Amino acid sequence: MIPPPWALLAELTHACPLQCGYCSNPLQLVRPNAELTTDQWCEVMSQAGAMGVVQAHLSGGEPLLRPDLVPIAQAAWEAGIYTQLVTSGIGLTEQRLADLVAAGLGCVQLSVQHPDANANDAIAGRRSFADKQAAAAVIRAAALPFGLNVVLHRGNIDTLDRIVELALDWGADRVELANAQFYGWAQLNRRALLPTTAQLRRAAAQVHAWRDRLGSRLELVWVVPDHLDGTPKPCMGGWGAVSMTVAPDGTVLPCPAAASISTLKFENIRNLALKDIWSHSSAFAAYRGTDWLPSPCRDCSRKEEDFGGCRCQAFALTGDAARTDPACSLSPDHGLLRRVLGDTGDEAPVARSYRNAPGPRPTTERAPTS
Amino acid sequence: MLSTWQPSLARHVRLRHDPVRDADLLLLPERVVVLRGSAAEILRLCDGKHTIEAIVAELAHGHPNAPVDHEVPAFLERVHIQGWLT
Repeated sequence: MIPPPWALLAELTHACPLQCGYCSNPLQLVRPNAELTTDQWCEVMSQAGAMGVVQAHLSGGEPLLRPDLVPIAQAAWEAGIYTQLVTSGIGLTEQRLADLVAAGLGCVQLSVQHPDANANDAIAGRRSFADKQAAAAVIRAAALPFGLNVVLHRGNIDTLDRIVELALDWGADRVELANAQFYGWAQLNRRALLPTTAQLRRAAAQVHAWRDRLGSRLELVWVVPDHLDGTPKPCMGGWGAVSMTVAPDGTVLPCPAAASISTLKFENIRNLALKDIWSHSSAFAAYRGTDWLPSPCRDCSRKEEDFGGCRCQAFALTGDAARTDPACSLSPDHGLLRRVLGDTGDEAPVARSYRNAPGPRPTTERAPTS
Repeated sequence: MLSTWQPSLARHVRLRHDPVRDADLLLLPERVVVLRGSAAEILRLCDGKHTIEAIVAELAHGHPNAPVDHEVPAFLERVHIQGWLT
């Protein structure tokens, strides 16, 4: 019996008003005309709740671009699932939020790219800082639990103190300081995004100093970069152990980046029940648990803590997702990661968009739903 | 702790039974708390109407030999410090 998942990341759409160069969506974005329908998303929520999911992130892209976000949130609520809206803030009006709260929405996570408005807008690829500030006020006024999410990289990590001050000013309960993880768009733009080791160490010290000062006033979540100290991250709490992602077209993934692993075959909710995909599909079974582990993980005392690290990173750097994560100092491929860390440049990052995705171009195009 | 306190779950906290795992859960932003022992039984009485005294009395009724006089207020205080009760 495979223990059921606790959490679902629902990527409701890959359409987004922002064009961040580190977007966690895959390079091959799902076009709006290939997205699941309202009924299909409601069915996903219903099946997820029945199999044991109790938390869902309503994410994207920008989930507010789905005109049917309220009925989808309602379906999650009816399935007993606690929902979090993960948003850029663009389009989050008082009325829209009130409708979502009435549909059972539990909390909101708002992205910010930089504490300076102009720099924020440059990273996001459009004017958006003022919208974010307005969205923060709307969230605060609704008295919802409110988290900020800031993806950290070379261009904003030195502003960490100002990020925390902004969070206090905007009335957040929590700030997720998420060091960029280098696959997908961030891998494409790695040379432009990689922070220096000195930057990372300074930021980590600032986080610790703030925690001492803030106490319980503001929770700081520091998502540790795995390229700093030779210790891999326990990606997703283990492959197929805690969480699953449903992509906009219904593809079910063990993590949001897993579509990059081209050697796996991922199932779709249109063809199979969610619980069968979780329990029986080859992609979820591939790296679940510790039996599959390669050497040196197999005999490592940390194998129950990090499960061999990140499969997507192993695949990206070695071409074999079953290798030890090269982020680990014990990996025979650790030199590959060291080499990548030394490879930085000043070129502008490629903006995330349907158009900029490398590889074969789809032949149909349609304006995003709005 | 005030004897007039009538605790209720904070607005962002949801208490539910999970039939899949046969467990009682507190659901919060980015977090799930699995409740053990009498925790859920106590928290279900945190409805903004019961005083601590009334909650202790209810528990004492169901668990006649347990040290509820001491343990129930201590548990509620811990949950309050977490910000899950108002």
